Amino acid sequence: MNPLSMADLLPLVPEGFLLASLCILLLADLFIPQSERSTTHWLTVAVLAFTAILVWRADADTSLAGSAFSGMFLNDGVATICKLFILLTSALALIYARPYLIARKLFQGEFYTLTGFAVLGMLLLVSAGNMLTAYLGLELLALPLYALVALDRDNGRSAEAAIKYFVLGALASGMLLYGISMIYGASGALDFGSIRAAAVSNSPHPWLYGIGVAFVVIGIAFKFGAAPFHMWLPDVYQGAPTAVTLFIGSAPKIAAFGLAYRLLDGALDPWFRYWQAMLVVLVLLSLTIGNLVAIAQTNFKRMLAYSTISHVGFLLLGFIAHSAEGYAAALFYAISYAVTASAGFGLLMLLSRVGFEAEEIADFRGLNQRNPWYALMMMLVMASFAGVPLLVGFLAKFVVLKAALGVANAELLWLVIVAGVFAVIGAFYYLRVIKVMYFEAPAEAASGPLPLPQDLAFRWVLSGNVLALLGLGIFGGPLISWCVRAIAGG
Amino acid sequence: MITLGHSIALSAILFCIGVGGIFINRRNLIILLMSIELILLAVNFNFIAFSSFMGDVAGQIFVFFILTVAAAEAAIGLAILVVLFRNRATLNVEELDDLKG
Repeated sequence: MNPLSMADLLPLVPEGFLLASLCILLLADLFIPQSERSTTHWLTVAVLAFTAILVWRADADTSLAGSAFSGMFLNDGVATICKLFILLTSALALIYARPYLIARKLFQGEFYTLTGFAVLGMLLLVSAGNMLTAYLGLELLALPLYALVALDRDNGRSAEAAIKYFVLGALASGMLLYGISMIYGASGALDFGSIRAAAVSNSPHPWLYGIGVAFVVIGIAFKFGAAPFHMWLPDVYQGAPTAVTLFIGSAPKIAAFGLAYRLLDGALDPWFRYWQAMLVVLVLLSLTIGNLVAIAQTNFKRMLAYSTISHVGFLLLGFIAHSAEGYAAALFYAISYAVTASAGFGLLMLLSRVGFEAEEIADFRGLNQRNPWYALMMMLVMASFAGVPLLVGFLAKFVVLKAALGVANAELLWLVIVAGVFAVIGAFYYLRVIKVMYFEAPAEAASGPLPLPQDLAFRWVLSGNVLALLGLGIFGGPLISWCVRAIAGG
Repeated sequence: MITLGHSIALSAILFCIGVGGIFINRRNLIILLMSIELILLAVNFNFIAFSSFMGDVAGQIFVFFILTVAAAEAAIGLAILVVLFRNRATLNVEELDDLKG
């Protein structure tokens, strides 16, 4: 064990800055009157932006690359790209949330501190080099999310969603920990590198590895929301305030990729036969349940929840490929999904107002007549989810399927075909939303032009976000090669 | 003589009771919180057993962190429970069925 030195602390400057700023914000917010609450909002967005600059600089400075705290904290390419997009999507979530929160009297400092600490947890999670850091990052992400879901205190549905999320999330952590303890017993190490090295040499208790890997995969599946461990996801998406659903649905998916990548590739790579077989079952069930149940949904948030489950299935397909190309494809999928989901939930918040939560698919009827621009935006988001060419969703599905096909022995060809079939089935319920927007008359109660929020930042950023889906879909090459470089270097 | 196998068996039994408590219990949410604590304690027991049989302290340090996080988790869980009770005036698991589909 080495004594603490500056070489240990310097790679942690972005996280340290975020932690210190959040503590100051937490205190400063107490002295800000409610009429000036926007100060907290913009300060938090500025803190996230500055943290992103620090992450970028830490990546450019090669002397900071590698690991800190005896390998507990990794500062590599995967960590950098995950962190930058986590910070970006979280900032988007804050900007989209503001008008929604103001209108519902939820515009309080707590939302910003809780979101900020969840972001800190995600940054730690994707940099984890040790079971302990991974666990602490995961809990630092999960605990604020439980509280955020229950943010709307007087809403019984939010409270119900929060308790379901809490119980199943805690169970998932317990499963993951039980798996970690078994792996610790088998390998005698908590450090990812040592676990990987120990597994190659002969272990005194090989059966402990089997149990350990199984429980770790179950824990990861719970956190991702992969079927059959998806029970919490639709309830949480539906019950939480839409501003919180947006946050839960976007950035944590990138963090979940980080967790899966660190554990499955970083630590348990020698045992990939075990987890690959489990992932095949998870992918198959996620694609089936996600796509088929989504067709039956009338609630838009629930439909997006089931669509998330099917997207998780695609993402895990990249892990099954068990190659650098596959991991890079999964990383690209996670990023493109998070950006698309931000835009989708942002548009949902644009449509709703106080006393009217635009949650039903029927609420989108005739949107084209009420506001052609946002109908076009919604159509682009739905098309991206469905995987229509020229949009980023298509590119993401394409690279994942290509990576899965690249598995040398082609024994997974049938799974790729099944995934392709479900991608087509899945397009159905997205196209239904487009049909409702363009070819049905608006309900009589809501037939005038769409009342838009006054917040210009919200509207401009939202339109920019949707157009970015198009831009990334056509010129996505650099981002894909960045993902490939990150995986190859890390 | 207590061997490693005995310790692992005991922690596996505790873990199963905890998981069973979550899935079988249909009465009270407080019991769910107790089951979650039991799962975490089973994990702690596992860590300590491995740690002491291998002569490696890292596992025991992990236990300190789990205990701390479990305390924070219980605080948030009870807070959510209070919010839920104020809105619904019930803690019965079977009555939490507003969200489904």
